[in-house]
Amino acid sequence: MSADDPLLSVKGLKIEGRSDETWNPIINGASFDLQKGEVMGLIGESGAGKSTMGLAAMGFTRDGCRISAGTVMFDGVDLVTASAADKRALLGSRIAYVAQSAAASFNPAHRLIDQHTEGPTQHNVMSRAESEADGIELYRKLRLPNPEEIGFRYPHQVSGGQLQRAMTAMAMACRPELIIFDEPTTALDVTTQIEVLASIREIVEEYNTAAIYITHDLAVVAQMSDKIKVMLKGDEVEEADTRTMLSDPKEEYTKSLWAVRSFQRPSKPAVHTSATPVISVQNVSAAYGKVPVLHDVSFDIHEGRTVAVVGESGSGKSTAARCITGLLPPTQGHIEFDGQMMPLDYRKRDRMQLRQAQMIYQMADTALNPRKTIGELIGRPVQFYMGLTGNEKRRRVEHLLEEIELEPTQYINRLPSELSGGQKQRIGIARALAAEPKFIICDEVTSALDQLVAEGILRLLAKLQDELNLSYMFITHDLATVKSIADEVVVMKDGRVIEQGPKDDMFTPPHHPYTDLLLSSVPEMDPDWLTNLLNERGVDNIGDAAVDKM
Amino acid sequence: MASILRIIAQRLALGILTLFVVSIVIFAAVNMLPGDFAQAILGQGATPEAIKAIREDLGLDQPPVTRYLQWLAGALQGDLGNSFAQANFASFAGTTATANSASVAAQLGPRFENTMFLAGVTAVIAVPFSIFLGILAALYRNSVFDRFTNIFTLSSISSPEFFLAYILILFLAVLNPLLPSLSNIYEGMDFGDRLTKTLLPALTLTLAVTAQLMRMTRAAIINLLASPYIEMARLKGMSPMRVIVKHALPNALAPIINVIALNLAYLITGVVVVEVVFVYPGIGQLFVDSVKIRDIPVVQACCLLFATAYILLNLTADIMSIISNPRLRHPK
Repeated sequence: MSADDPLLSVKGLKIEGRSDETWNPIINGASFDLQKGEVMGLIGESGAGKSTMGLAAMGFTRDGCRISAGTVMFDGVDLVTASAADKRALLGSRIAYVAQSAAASFNPAHRLIDQHTEGPTQHNVMSRAESEADGIELYRKLRLPNPEEIGFRYPHQVSGGQLQRAMTAMAMACRPELIIFDEPTTALDVTTQIEVLASIREIVEEYNTAAIYITHDLAVVAQMSDKIKVMLKGDEVEEADTRTMLSDPKEEYTKSLWAVRSFQRPSKPAVHTSATPVISVQNVSAAYGKVPVLHDVSFDIHEGRTVAVVGESGSGKSTAARCITGLLPPTQGHIEFDGQMMPLDYRKRDRMQLRQAQMIYQMADTALNPRKTIGELIGRPVQFYMGLTGNEKRRRVEHLLEEIELEPTQYINRLPSELSGGQKQRIGIARALAAEPKFIICDEVTSALDQLVAEGILRLLAKLQDELNLSYMFITHDLATVKSIADEVVVMKDGRVIEQGPKDDMFTPPHHPYTDLLLSSVPEMDPDWLTNLLNERGVDNIGDAAVDKM
Repeated sequence: MASILRIIAQRLALGILTLFVVSIVIFAAVNMLPGDFAQAILGQGATPEAIKAIREDLGLDQPPVTRYLQWLAGALQGDLGNSFAQANFASFAGTTATANSASVAAQLGPRFENTMFLAGVTAVIAVPFSIFLGILAALYRNSVFDRFTNIFTLSSISSPEFFLAYILILFLAVLNPLLPSLSNIYEGMDFGDRLTKTLLPALTLTLAVTAQLMRMTRAAIINLLASPYIEMARLKGMSPMRVIVKHALPNALAPIINVIALNLAYLITGVVVVEVVFVYPGIGQLFVDSVKIRDIPVVQACCLLFATAYILLNLTADIMSIISNPRLRHPK
């Protein structure tokens, strides 16, 4: 191999997956080269085959998948045909992997440092003591708190963002030439994400490591990569260097990806101060067992309005929703509906009160009973709350399906497994509408969906709000969603409301410093955004560190 | 740690309650059986006078509630009473039974020791053997080896124990006289002899419990193989054996420990057939004999012993599961 040969060269790669007794294509022929030290961003929606591609670049396929054609040449070795033992010698030592969820990908039974040193000792790169010292050094470089001590904790004792950095350190343990990053920041909050992104970028540059960075977030990929490859349902769409790709995409699909965040609801006139809110949360505090979670939370939601509740994970957004629905009775304060006090415990609410507040969940997959047909799923609340049976019930279900833009005759007898993610979420919406509520809690309803699909859901929710004069409590950590749908915004942190007000006020300075941090942490498409932000904030004051100082 | 201590205290308290309930149920059940000790021991030709005499002698003429309360009062003071049978044999022989030889404790003690010895030897062989087989079966899942192991262990658990025992006797004692076919164990034997004589029953029981242990180990490990951290270990280039032993097994311990505890309990309480085949003087045989002649004090004591074994083993399993889980061992 000569000096200017690529480090990794994938040619005509085809991958098939087995389902229903046949092999179906997942990747239909992909090719790319990666030079030493080069970072390639791999983007596309879920199901585009990004992760499969990333793993195949390591010569690895998940159970039920196989590489049916093509070559993956890594430094002169074809990983497709190499023996299992030859591949094992490369994996971990020269090619490493950083998984999407570090919390799930660290073995819960072993300390971080033991997992860190496993690679170097098993591959005979370093002794245990050397590797341990090196691990601590890497933890320090990745700006983990207490680098000397953190490795001696178990995974469950370390936060998600820190675990993700520890996993990057683990991938670096043998100083590999290539690292596959599979959506490493998708599960993190925006402020934590910055910290991890900056750490990854720095260390990859320092050791001149080549990387494939898989993500569905365009703004993230713009910060991280030298070039970008776009995938759609197993096909290559286009590939170009990052700046060209952002400024001048060639393919229609790429352009549509770039244009996603265009949906914007017009602002509504201010609420009359005298109007009775549909839901009024008044000085509510709540606790799980003895652990206090909410402290004196108050906000109002008016008829026909959307109140977005934003904050990082653990800030108490979903707990507030549980208090409103009565699933978690507050320890103090009360909840008013249309000016009437509601019993705090849902078991003490009558059917009329229960009907008025409905929920749509983040994971439509787990929120729908997989053994019931769509007709049964929506028919159940129609019968329970509205008392309709027989033909009346069926007509109502059909009407609801039309409302959510699914053809009734085609969908009413299907099972949830026969629907796509976006369609399942629509069923979740129809089920909430079936009770004819005035108020719906949307708990991260779009965060498990791809951007185009999510936009469809947001448009649908907006349409329903206009038609039925619904009020929404919209829980999200995605500020782009807030911008597009909210009328008012409530910012939460550590179980307290930090700031609240109309959207336009919230998005125009001056902000509360925490709101400011949240807003400025949302990645932008500009490839220089991260660099500029880091310069602005100063290296020691990004992400976690900034949050801690508040 | 404080939480573990609290769990132990709770379980022990519940255990004592369970023992109390068990003692009532057993007492009532034995009383519901037709006939009593006097009839059982004197047979059909017994005169009413003789039966009456024995009943009076043993206090069987008193109402059951009184007898139960007397027994309970004694048991609470550590006196499990005297065996009806021993007391009577002694009086037939013209001597009065010394409190010592006829006491239930004296009867049960050596038998229980033998049973524990047999269970211990079996556990020492069966547990490592089945876990090892389970690991190999998980490693080479769906291979010929896996299938063979499954068929072998399933056939051995499906065969009646006495059948397994005779097959082992045939091959290991008759055709190849390696081991004695009779396990006549007595006090004061040296350890080596005792072990040799216990080996055949222990092997029979090993065959009986291996299937469950091995299949649980295999299933618990395979269940974890789809976890992201297992994929991570494979992507770190670790060998399949290391992935299973180092990454899957430590997380699969809880269910395995529970099955081990259940099987150990079975070894202590349910091995009467094997004892009969090898004439092994364990507690199971004593228990069955005592039921036959309605020797209530012995039956009661055996049941309490069995119940205690179950409770303690399950408690141990729970504690071991907690200790094997770093989340519970090292709270945040």
